[in-house]
Amino acid sequence: MRTIFYIVRKEFKQIFRNKSMLPIIFIMPFLQLIILSNAATFEIKNVNFNVLDLDRSSLSFKLMEKFEASPYFIRSDGELSVNNVEEEILNDKAKLVIVIPENFEKDLVRENKAEVQLLINAIDGSAAGIIANYAQNILIGFNIEARINMINMYDPVRTPSIGISYRHLFNPELDYITFMVPGITALLVTLIGLLLSSMSIVKEKEIGTIEQINVTPIRKHELIIGKLIPFFIIALFELGLGLSIGKLLFNIPIVGSIWLIFLFASLYLIVALSIGLVISTFTDTQQQAMFITWFIMVIFILMSGLFTPIQSMPMWAQRITWFNPVAYFIDVMRMVMLKGSGFADIQRHFIILSIYAVISTSYAVFRYKKVN
Amino acid sequence: MNSIEVKNICKSYKDTKALEDISFEVKKGEIFGLIGPDGAGKTTLFRILTTLLLKDSGSAGVEGFDVEKDYKAIRRIIGYMPGRFSLYQDLSVEENLNFFATVFDTTVKANYELIKDIYVQLEPFKTRRAGKLSGGMKQKLALCCALIHQPEILFLDEPTTGVDPVSRKEFWEMLKKLKDKGITILVSTPYMDEAFLCDRIALIQSGRIMDINTLEGIILKFPKKLYAIKSDNMYKLNSDLKECGMCDTVYIFGEYLHLTPKSSECSGLEDYLSEKGHTGIEISQIKATVEDCFMDLMSRHGSTNNE
Repeated sequence: MRTIFYIVRKEFKQIFRNKSMLPIIFIMPFLQLIILSNAATFEIKNVNFNVLDLDRSSLSFKLMEKFEASPYFIRSDGELSVNNVEEEILNDKAKLVIVIPENFEKDLVRENKAEVQLLINAIDGSAAGIIANYAQNILIGFNIEARINMINMYDPVRTPSIGISYRHLFNPELDYITFMVPGITALLVTLIGLLLSSMSIVKEKEIGTIEQINVTPIRKHELIIGKLIPFFIIALFELGLGLSIGKLLFNIPIVGSIWLIFLFASLYLIVALSIGLVISTFTDTQQQAMFITWFIMVIFILMSGLFTPIQSMPMWAQRITWFNPVAYFIDVMRMVMLKGSGFADIQRHFIILSIYAVISTSYAVFRYKKVN
Repeated sequence: MNSIEVKNICKSYKDTKALEDISFEVKKGEIFGLIGPDGAGKTTLFRILTTLLLKDSGSAGVEGFDVEKDYKAIRRIIGYMPGRFSLYQDLSVEENLNFFATVFDTTVKANYELIKDIYVQLEPFKTRRAGKLSGGMKQKLALCCALIHQPEILFLDEPTTGVDPVSRKEFWEMLKKLKDKGITILVSTPYMDEAFLCDRIALIQSGRIMDINTLEGIILKFPKKLYAIKSDNMYKLNSDLKECGMCDTVYIFGEYLHLTPKSSECSGLEDYLSEKGHTGIEISQIKATVEDCFMDLMSRHGSTNNE
């Protein structure tokens, strides 16, 4: 036990002496949380649009007005003709062009149905989806209004309509920051647990100090535990720092128990640290360790539900996320922080991650014993 | 009693044989030198004896402990200084020393007597990071760290490689003092001229020990007459001697060529060289050096250098 304490002490000295380490620990959380939380949002405002109005009726003008009135859209200058519609999008003057065909009003009144065409620049797929969504909402509104007006002309008394009212639970204003901060904090913990730990172990190999350590009475498990404990502590510190920034700077609600978050984070860190240890047994230099860890982390993060919801992934991808510890951690962070889930609610996560922890630590120990 | 006993050790890395049937003993309290070029297998041997590497076959013991079964006991009583500087470069001199002391469950104070002579030279730099020390200072620090737990045997793997001549001399003086304190020292070096500082030496080449003896013993065994020869045009001299057919071996040794003649006499040689137009010829019979012995043994073992 005393040996482990000496190693931990030595490790902390080295960490705080490393010039790149302090910024990573203290400045990166601020930068990441502030930049990502503000930058990574799905809201798109001020989309340039234009209209090719071939009908020029009162209804088509009304539709145009509806788009102009929306806070999301800004009409770009210039009249469109059939010939320069494509040009408008090619030159990036408009992301969205609405084509209102001839006889739009006539068809709507007489045949009770009419069509408009939406041309959307889909270079950025998700932006295009969001623009289409906004446009659709406006069209639906317009549709209902138009129908009500028409029905009223014949039968002013009966005005059937279904009003929809939304209430977004746990994040009433659909605040993107509220949604991102728990995830990004989880990311920081992952970064420390996975990347820095694997690099620190490989460093002993790369510099050759492991040779000197191995001829001392230090046991292998003492060395590993001694080297991993500091990162465990720093990662939990990061978690606390991230939560504080979220609470104080962004006023994120923390509904559930903080202790539950830390408890789950500790379990998660056991998994992350042992994956880091496995990586260190496959590599000889810090650079190799960094590349491999980075590769794994990108996959973990893309498949974690941090940026894109897991539910929107194809089934095979969703199955892969079952094996992604980051996905469980982010999910628990969001559940506990925003919804106030208790232990019973995240029991399943606990069980799965515990299994994961057992497997990854035993594999790490097996690999480490075999290689070193 | 022997400090180190090695019997018939073999070790291969995939297809390359690093050690072939190595056997030797190191007596308690002597300085034993392993002398051989890079790639001879010195480091492999060190790593087996310091319990860092498993041998393929044979047996090896350190102070009566088996290197595989009793590795824990061995690690408590040996000090190892690897060929590459392997202390923490980002810790200071003091911190490195303290760390290795605590790891052995002891303190610098308790062992100060042993390292005092070396440590006083380091003392002015004790707060400096190890990575920022000069080469000679690094070696001294590494030696201090290897000594901090009062080991019975020191394993020094090429401690003087890349160190300036003055520091090299100092280093060997320190080893002599340690020897006087009863510590057995196994040291390896690629420098033949350090052989005379060891009590006994083993010449090692391509994973095999060619000879083990005291320095005098090895030199006495040199079987042929040896001449040093010099002229004004050394380059031409070298090629002429190789062509003439009168010499067994011709090697360049600094400003002289060392040659062993085929016949016992080399009287015809001077005439031959004058004919070839050499001036300023000097020929004298000399005593063999370790290097001559090494070259001779190497050619007789017919070893091909498979680097």
